[in-house]
Amino acid sequence: MIRLRTIDWVWLGLIAMTLVFLALREPAAWLFTYPQDWVIPITPWLNVFMDWCVDNFGPFFRAFSAALDVPMAAIRDLLNWLPWSVTLALLTYIGYVVSGWRLALFTFLAILYMVVIGYWSESMNSLALVVISVPMAVAIGFGLGTLGFYSKRAERIISPTMDLLQTVPAFAYLLPILLLFGFGPVVGLIASVLYAFPPTVRNTMLGLAQVPGEVIEAGMMSGATPRQLFWRVRTPSALRQILLGVNQTTMAAFSMVIIASIIGGTADIGWEVLSTMRKAQFGESLLAGIVIALMAMVMDRITAAAATAEPGEPKINQSFLSRHRFLISVAALGFGIALLAQVIPLLTNYPEAWQVYPAQILNDGVSYLVVEYAAAINLIKTWAFFFAMLPVKMGLEQTITPFSWGFEFTGALKLLYAVAAVALALWAAFRHGLNRAIAIAFCATLLFFGLTRLPWPALLAMATLLSWQLGGMRLAIGTLAGLGFLVIAGVWPQTLLSIYLCGLAVLLSFVIGASLGVLASEFDGVSAFLRPINDTLQTMPLFVILIPFVMIFKIGEFTALLAIMAYAIVPAIRYSEHGLRNIPATVIEAATAVGCTRWQLLWRVKLPLALPVMMLGLNQTIMYGIAMLVIAALVGTNGLGQQVYIGLGDGDFGVGMVAGIGMAIIAIIADRLTQAWSKKRQEELGLSAEF
Amino acid sequence: MNEVAADIKLSCRHVWKVYAADASPYFKGEVDSADATELSTRMRADGAIPAAVDVSFDVQVGEIFVIMGLSGSGKSTVVRCLSRLVEPTHGEILLNGEDLLKKSDKELIDIRRHDMGMVFQNFGLMPHLSVFDNIAFPLSLQGVPMAEQVEKVRRVIDLVGLEGRETSYPRQLSGGQQQRVGIARSLAVEPELWFLDEPFSALDPLIRRQMQDEFLRIQRTLQKSIVFITHDFLEALKIADRMMIMRDGMVVQVGTPAELIVNPADDYVAEFTEDVPLVRVLKATDVLDPEQSPTSTMPERDSACCVEELLPLLSRHKQGIVATQDGVPIGVVTATSVITALAHEDHGHGEDAAAVEEVLN
Ligand SMILES: Nc1ncnc2c1ncn2[C@@H]1O[C@H](COP(=O)(O)OP(=O)(O)O)[C@@H](O)[C@H]1O
Ligand SMILES: [Mg+2]
Repeated sequence: MIRLRTIDWVWLGLIAMTLVFLALREPAAWLFTYPQDWVIPITPWLNVFMDWCVDNFGPFFRAFSAALDVPMAAIRDLLNWLPWSVTLALLTYIGYVVSGWRLALFTFLAILYMVVIGYWSESMNSLALVVISVPMAVAIGFGLGTLGFYSKRAERIISPTMDLLQTVPAFAYLLPILLLFGFGPVVGLIASVLYAFPPTVRNTMLGLAQVPGEVIEAGMMSGATPRQLFWRVRTPSALRQILLGVNQTTMAAFSMVIIASIIGGTADIGWEVLSTMRKAQFGESLLAGIVIALMAMVMDRITAAAATAEPGEPKINQSFLSRHRFLISVAALGFGIALLAQVIPLLTNYPEAWQVYPAQILNDGVSYLVVEYAAAINLIKTWAFFFAMLPVKMGLEQTITPFSWGFEFTGALKLLYAVAAVALALWAAFRHGLNRAIAIAFCATLLFFGLTRLPWPALLAMATLLSWQLGGMRLAIGTLAGLGFLVIAGVWPQTLLSIYLCGLAVLLSFVIGASLGVLASEFDGVSAFLRPINDTLQTMPLFVILIPFVMIFKIGEFTALLAIMAYAIVPAIRYSEHGLRNIPATVIEAATAVGCTRWQLLWRVKLPLALPVMMLGLNQTIMYGIAMLVIAALVGTNGLGQQVYIGLGDGDFGVGMVAGIGMAIIAIIADRLTQAWSKKRQEELGLSAEF
Repeated sequence: MNEVAADIKLSCRHVWKVYAADASPYFKGEVDSADATELSTRMRADGAIPAAVDVSFDVQVGEIFVIMGLSGSGKSTVVRCLSRLVEPTHGEILLNGEDLLKKSDKELIDIRRHDMGMVFQNFGLMPHLSVFDNIAFPLSLQGVPMAEQVEKVRRVIDLVGLEGRETSYPRQLSGGQQQRVGIARSLAVEPELWFLDEPFSALDPLIRRQMQDEFLRIQRTLQKSIVFITHDFLEALKIADRMMIMRDGMVVQVGTPAELIVNPADDYVAEFTEDVPLVRVLKATDVLDPEQSPTSTMPERDSACCVEELLPLLSRHKQGIVATQDGVPIGVVTATSVITALAHEDHGHGEDAAAVEEVLN
């Protein structure tokens, strides 16, 4: 017999309450649509505050941006002035020095592509922003990281601030910066610094804290002054970790530089992608997108290789020449090629006649595909709409029509549905326990009525109860406050739309990704095949991922769903494979020794043990999904992502900010919930989830 | 090796280290050594951690002073107090007669640069520096000219036997080699006082033995004043001139290894000595037979010989062996005296030993 604990009663009560609310849909409309009169005018308040800031501090910020403009313009002019052959040679050489000829070859081909395709100056304009913003971000990050390491009090402020900065979607940064600092590339620069410095802060704090106590003591016993101890013992010992942070900072900076080009007026490569995409010139957009992807990969590989490089031959008694051989050879190479370029002009200006720009071919190819396979594409689209997306969004009650599903959702059928759901829940209660039964009852209700049509008080209560169950009182209060804010700020409908799209994408990504991860852990071939794809997807600035999907499926929610999935699937695959491959060998041996088949080994031993790591993967899948959600709003979704754009487009700070904070709230709650869940499972299993 | 030089290099007097939010209230009035135990119990009850409790000892010039105790007994804390890596809560530390705790930060850095060297359990090498740069590190911090650095580093590299590994990085070396680097680094500035905190505990038993022998060889040439920490009683026996046993931050007993074995202060000490092969610890001087006097037919052996080495000889010379110190006879070792000494220590089997003695007589 099943025994109901209090919490189960509460759950059942909540589901019952939801059903009652749904019955009251006509008389109590406020349960479904939070009344406009009750909305607290946070948006106008934020706008007033922003106006006040601009009025009072505007000149200061503008002077700052004017000052920044000088070095930025200098670097941009320098990079544009340098013959392409010099840049090509130097970057290739750097690739060779930090990693070897493979990276050198890759760098060479990637840069050559930019030249041949004719996007040289656009690429250099983007690169200039990165070249300036990365050192600034690293300097700020290193400073704050050091402060956080030495002062517990500073750390208590810094850590949560970094959390917030990294969960607020990148686009939400742009508008306030635009308002304060004025128009132009400086916005991209500042946004990129702000967005990119947190990884360096984190890795600096982590690296400094990880230096073994004995190394510090050895430094002190060697007679180091405090300054020497920091610069000659602590920092170099932590350098590897800090450089990993620099790698992440570089990637974040570049991705923000690309995103910031949405403001326009920058003539950089991101703008090229956006403007062509808006004109539906997808071939052009893809060619420019490839430039971005290649730049990202080159930067990632070079900084990552530099971070993990073994130190070279030590310098004992070396001459000046051999100690500085790297700088000297760089200078020599640069000068040599520059001189050569004086003689051979095409090394300076790549002749336009030699450019290869196959955009038209691409467009034709895509058009051909789209026309030829129109039936298939439409089938996929409508199928996904009617059988997956709409039921979750609007509910079966609204979705099932003769037009969509081919039959009427009659009263009898509805009754059948209800009976089936109750039967399933009861069966689950006896077979698998109450938690699963409650989950089934909830899903059945959700699918019938649709997420966006459930009453907000019930959703709020359920989310709070779930938080309490997984993470205790503090988490419950946090969830209630966060979601409550979204309700009273009047953006609950958009929030639900975002949760629906992101939730569906995450669910699908996780199911597909985890399955791929299982395959990859069982078959080395699959693993070797997936790894480079994952690497590429992960380094790609987000909106490049949109391009191929828009080309084929055009603007719309389905395209957004696919784009989010393409990005969010990566951690699902990675963590699953990692978790499964890193189960202690002794456990596997023991299981094999008692006669497990491969199938039993997977289902009964490996998967349960890998579960905590896979849950961390789920957590990351959600985070990736939310990050992509905003970008995906570019191709037409409704929800908070859309609101961020509206704010940006109309210059309405309040609207954009509330939506941005809203996404951060969802991200933080989802993060804490999955972590609490994973921790709970880990404790039950007595395992640890290290990645 | 038991001779004690007259000069005291380092003196530790009533040193306390208490880990607590604020330990000063405990030391408001005069702290009497007699109350130390009671005070430390009170601290523990309050949730503070007394890691060193009223620790007092002297280190003579040129001696190896070993601190021994189980893990967590406060050995590392004490040695870190001696170098002020850990600031003692209370007490006095005299280095060459001067109060170390009164030194300013600047003076302290100077002392560490010239007078102290330290070796760590997990080596504490800088991962980003080559073997050469690691060893030269203390010198380069002082701004010693490059040529002089090279010369000094060469010397210690030869001393610890690391020739040819100068350009390696720590992670490319085995544990034993890494600790050689640690030893070389601590010796590069030619300190007079040498601290070693469980230097060989992280090494495999075979390597450990080898390193102990090397350590003794180095010490024979350098004659430093040494504080050596270990939790391994056999290691302590092998290298100690004098040793101190600690428990829960308190000093349990100080003395030569033989004294500790012959007269353990309590069961804690006795437990360490229980499994010790006495024949290796006891020296000829410890087992002299008071009733015999040297005759010319007896073979001679140095009084520092351990009993194990005498046994084969003793089986051939029933009348005994003459123990000499610097060539001068100081007494006779006989089979009876050896058995008496061994039996005396063997607390649990006193009756059996008496029976053996009877049979022999
Ligand atoms: N920084 C510290 N804070 C609190 N307690 C400490 C600290 N360092 C050491 N202790 C405690 O002091 C005691 C002695 O430690 P230690 O000197 O390292 O022992 P040993 O070296 O003999 O193993 C232990 O109980 C340890 O937990
Ligand atoms: Mg210790």
